[in-house]
Amino acid sequence: MDQFIEQIITGLSIGSILLLVAMGLSIIYGSMGIINLAHGEFVMLGAYAAWMFHTYLGLGLLASLVPIFLVVAAFGWVIERYVLSLLNNRPLDTILATWGVGIMLQQAVRLMVGSELRYVQLPPALSDSMDVFGQSVSSYRVFLFVVAMALFAATWLLMNRTTVGMKLRAIIQDRSVAASFGINAKRVYALTFAYGAGLAGLAGALVSPLKSVSPDMGTGYVVDAFMVVVLGGVQSLAGTVASAFVLGELSGAIAFLQNDTVAKAIVLLAIVVLIRFRPEGLFTARVRA
Amino acid sequence: MSISRRTLLRNTAALGAFAGAGFPHVWIKNADLAHATGGEIKVGVLFSLTGTTAIIEESLNKATLLAIEEINAAGGIKGSKIVPIVEDPASDPATFSEKARKLVVGDKCVSVFGSYTSASRKAVLPVFERQNNLYWYPTLYEGRECSKNVIYTGAVPNQQQDEFVPWLINKFGKKFYLIGSNYIYPKEENNYCKKLLEKHGGEVAAEEYVPLGHSEFSSVINKIRATQPNVIFSTVVGDSVVALHRQYRAAGLDPEKMPMASLTTSENEVAAMGGDAAAGHFTSAPYFMVYKSPENEKFVEAYKKRWGADKVTHFVSEACYFQVHLFRQAVEKLATSDLTPPNIRDAVKGQETIAPQGKVRIEPENLHTWLWPKIAQAKSNGQFEILVEAKDWLKPVPYAAYPGQVCTDKGLVVEKS
Repeated sequence: MDQFIEQIITGLSIGSILLLVAMGLSIIYGSMGIINLAHGEFVMLGAYAAWMFHTYLGLGLLASLVPIFLVVAAFGWVIERYVLSLLNNRPLDTILATWGVGIMLQQAVRLMVGSELRYVQLPPALSDSMDVFGQSVSSYRVFLFVVAMALFAATWLLMNRTTVGMKLRAIIQDRSVAASFGINAKRVYALTFAYGAGLAGLAGALVSPLKSVSPDMGTGYVVDAFMVVVLGGVQSLAGTVASAFVLGELSGAIAFLQNDTVAKAIVLLAIVVLIRFRPEGLFTARVRA
Repeated sequence: MSISRRTLLRNTAALGAFAGAGFPHVWIKNADLAHATGGEIKVGVLFSLTGTTAIIEESLNKATLLAIEEINAAGGIKGSKIVPIVEDPASDPATFSEKARKLVVGDKCVSVFGSYTSASRKAVLPVFERQNNLYWYPTLYEGRECSKNVIYTGAVPNQQQDEFVPWLINKFGKKFYLIGSNYIYPKEENNYCKKLLEKHGGEVAAEEYVPLGHSEFSSVINKIRATQPNVIFSTVVGDSVVALHRQYRAAGLDPEKMPMASLTTSENEVAAMGGDAAAGHFTSAPYFMVYKSPENEKFVEAYKKRWGADKVTHFVSEACYFQVHLFRQAVEKLATSDLTPPNIRDAVKGQETIAPQGKVRIEPENLHTWLWPKIAQAKSNGQFEILVEAKDWLKPVPYAAYPGQVCTDKGLVVEKS
């Protein structure tokens, strides 16, 4: 029983990391329909920003979260404004463009700070473990879970309770009609992309104390993020949350019973099978074509 | 619009090419050397400067170039300068093979120093065997190879484990949890570890492999908690090492009760994960940066002076360094007209040099190297403390896990049982 609870908690922790990484993609891919292959590189930029704030300015991880969000969001804004919007956000063109942008970001980081692996210090206040339902769990993992849920709540409010969110939803429904009502689609798209990029940056910064920081770290994350978003159903933020935790529990459990190699294969297979029978993913938001 | 897409592509490609050329200081240095007057001895240097393993191979490239520069600064080999031709195989086995062919056939190098991963060594092996050229491989590896065209200067399993495993059983207990990355090296090391455990009365709590590049160890840590081993025997490599150590630390496990014993965690990995995450765990290797010897002090000082005071040396970069000096000794024995790869190979058999780790020797039978095993514990300052030093150097036995198979100068001999 103890082991069962321990494993459920582990799954939640893996799920919360998946959710952090996938949320930005869910906004960009789900809402704007842009397949952003540079998403992993935004995660990487966030992790490097955390490392740089710590190494050069002596800022702790928690203190640098807001600046990291702003820095990576600024990157996202520039890329949307000067690359993607010039391609009119056409899906096929943007796949290629974001892939190229990703390579450039990777190599730029490599040339500027070198290819050595880096690490980010755990915040001292969160470096112990704490008691959750009788299990000893790393405080930092609990913190990640709380942050992931908070960011989800903030994103949901932003989408559903603010003017910008309403405008975005209007554009998703019908861009030209929305434009004829005076909504500046370009500006809303740039802001949305920036927000998604900022979320990815935050995810990178937040996972960096548990994982390693390297220029090509993004590659693994972008695959995970796409799996979560596709399984959850495009355009459904709640679906992203559900699928992140389903995948977290599933891969955690299989890894415990078998091993991580088997878990990876089975999870991927399960997604492929599910998509075959339910191409729209677990959850769908109804949208006019 | 299609024009702007093409422009974008072209720009991307240009940047890619620029990044591929990378590390300009290395290239400028080579350009200087290429203009050296008098005789030239061309050698290839084949370590990835881009791609996934560039992180570590960059340091191997640096140690190799340092040794070459030292030899050239001291007048070269009998008046001839060594000219290194640096290629970047980009962490890709197919590119390794292609670049090796270029160095051997195109540039007519008499030897090539290169490779970190076994996959890349296996990829270039056919080139060196077909052209009868010579490859110098500095990395510890899984053994079970017997080529006449490779000089192996890293440790094989018996040189890392023969002392380490009994020592761990004595100090911590007999229950081992074997965890490695999912490829040939960890599996072969664990094969040998299981033999030693059987011999010394240890037991295997679990044997587990994670995908290369894996970074989520929470389920593994749960399993470790559930099985309560005495020792976690780790052959996890790359970024996964960092993730495993940092998550072990965050989960509140205690290295004093359940330490990780690694064959792959060097100063380089410790620098990447941070001293706090590494402290208390053990590594077995022939060389550590803190080892006290005049040769090592000289090596560390020269390395830092050449490449930066924050740089670390480790057991693979040390092998890179001394193998170039072994190459020099072999070439010194030969007349200029006899300078061919097979002659260099024959000349290096039985050669000895005082390496930073102690006196090493190329075993004439199997072209592997006699080394000095050491056991050390990582400290929070990022360095190791050496706890055990072998009293004698240890013979390399590349087929230690396979009784009845011996690597000889005639090739692999399999005794019929």
